[in-house]
Amino acid sequence: MAVATGSQSGVRAQPLSEPVVVGEHLTQVVGERRLWHDLTFHLDRGEVLAVLGPNGAGKTTLARLVLGLTKPTDGRVRVNGVGARKAGRRIGYVPQQRAFDRDLPLRGRDLVQFGLDGHRWGVAIRRPHTQRVQAAIEAVGAEGFADRPVGRLSGGEQQRLRVAQALVREPELIVADEPLLSLDLAHQQNVVDLIDAQRRSHGTPVIFITHDINPVLPITDRVLYLSGDGAAIGTVDDVMTTETLSQLYRANVDVLRVRGRLVVVGAPENGGHH
Amino acid sequence: MFVELLHQHFVHTALLAGVVVAVVCGAIGVFVVARGLSFAVHAISELGFTGAAGALVLGLSPVVGMVGGSLAVGAGLGAASLRGHERDSSIGAVLAFGLGVGVLLLSLYQGYATEATNLLFGSIVGVDDRQLHVLVAVAVVVLTALALSYRPLLFSSVDPDAAEARGVPLRALNVTVFLLLALTTAAAIQVVGVLLVLTLIITPAAAAHYLTARPAAAVGLSILIALIATEGGILLSLEEPWPTSFFISSISFAFYVAARVAYAVKR
Repeated sequence: MAVATGSQSGVRAQPLSEPVVVGEHLTQVVGERRLWHDLTFHLDRGEVLAVLGPNGAGKTTLARLVLGLTKPTDGRVRVNGVGARKAGRRIGYVPQQRAFDRDLPLRGRDLVQFGLDGHRWGVAIRRPHTQRVQAAIEAVGAEGFADRPVGRLSGGEQQRLRVAQALVREPELIVADEPLLSLDLAHQQNVVDLIDAQRRSHGTPVIFITHDINPVLPITDRVLYLSGDGAAIGTVDDVMTTETLSQLYRANVDVLRVRGRLVVVGAPENGGHH
Repeated sequence: MFVELLHQHFVHTALLAGVVVAVVCGAIGVFVVARGLSFAVHAISELGFTGAAGALVLGLSPVVGMVGGSLAVGAGLGAASLRGHERDSSIGAVLAFGLGVGVLLLSLYQGYATEATNLLFGSIVGVDDRQLHVLVAVAVVVLTALALSYRPLLFSSVDPDAAEARGVPLRALNVTVFLLLALTTAAAIQVVGVLLVLTLIITPAAAAHYLTARPAAAVGLSILIALIATEGGILLSLEEPWPTSFFISSISFAFYVAARVAYAVKR
């Protein structure tokens, strides 16, 4: 099984600086299941880590570990040298989509504004940082619908606003949990481009959780593949192979390249129980 | 008759109490509707009734029992942090049992039946100066807490996952919302009664949700509608000796229907 090594493929990788995210000897037990054991990985500036795996393999749990919302059973996660719990607030998080109430009195603009001050207590005397909100809205091309009620926007429009919310405070890290789910191909490309642009311009590393690697294949530096009772990490070429995935699943799994797309055949649908 | 009544002290007290309760209900209602807690409000008010019935049996003030009952349920629901269907069904189960206990307590109570009727249907004109002071105190507490937690409250109402990641304490906020809701409900019961609390907490906010996409404007509109319904209802009941609660709920419902129609037309 491939283990992470320092990759220099980041666009603005700074070899002398510390990695942004370090996960050391992580073990995660949820209920009776051990999702992974002794998992070590790191993420440098400007790098994209794609987290793959079937439903129930712990992809969202991994996101919550990095955000400091779930404690590892063993091991530790550091983001820019501090514990994940402390760093969580400086991470731009795009959570898994959930539908907004259609009649929610909330505009797209308000949703983006939350990214700046949604966690702040007290009365806002004047609305701060209107320009930053506007800039984030323009960056995702949401000017046309930012003043409409969020509950009445399409899934793609909502997702662009969520990305704007995650980017508006210039995060040290982006964690996106299935941000492409339920989007059509054009909107998928749009969201991938937005996240790619941010890491190119600011060197922000990205943890991109997805059940399908193909839309993010062009920007992926490394893959963390979770099977439900184990994990493999490395470059796309290391991990997305028949050998690695067969070994990980302890079953015959074939990885095919078809017209530039990666197709995994024979992987159990739900996190492997053995 | 009408003009004469307007000079009565108890009418002034009723109108003032109406203002206080309407402002608090209108304000918290927006968060209640955004968080999908309408059913929880109903449960808190009905179990406030159980608490009040218990207090009557023990010879205590029903208001004390009502606040106690509401707060107990509010704290329980807040701490349980349930979501979706599970929350609905567990509230239903607890609500039904609580009402059963309330019925028993009421049958044990040998005193004045009007006390119980007032709890169920409200008795705004019976509010005395001391109760008005308590209402004002409750209003100050609830409005201050809402103002201070406005942004995290709204953030966690509409997008709990993102809010949690940004360090918003979801559970603590949830308990806070339920406790504020219990206080508000206990206050509103004195105006419109247990059975009609929803007409001041839910209906104005639900109407406001149809009228604006701005959260602050929704709070303002919700308060305005609750105010018009309450004050209008009290004034109408001076002119026509029908129950105040009927007028309040009718005006509030009229706003709701109008808002839905306006919304449908705008689309």
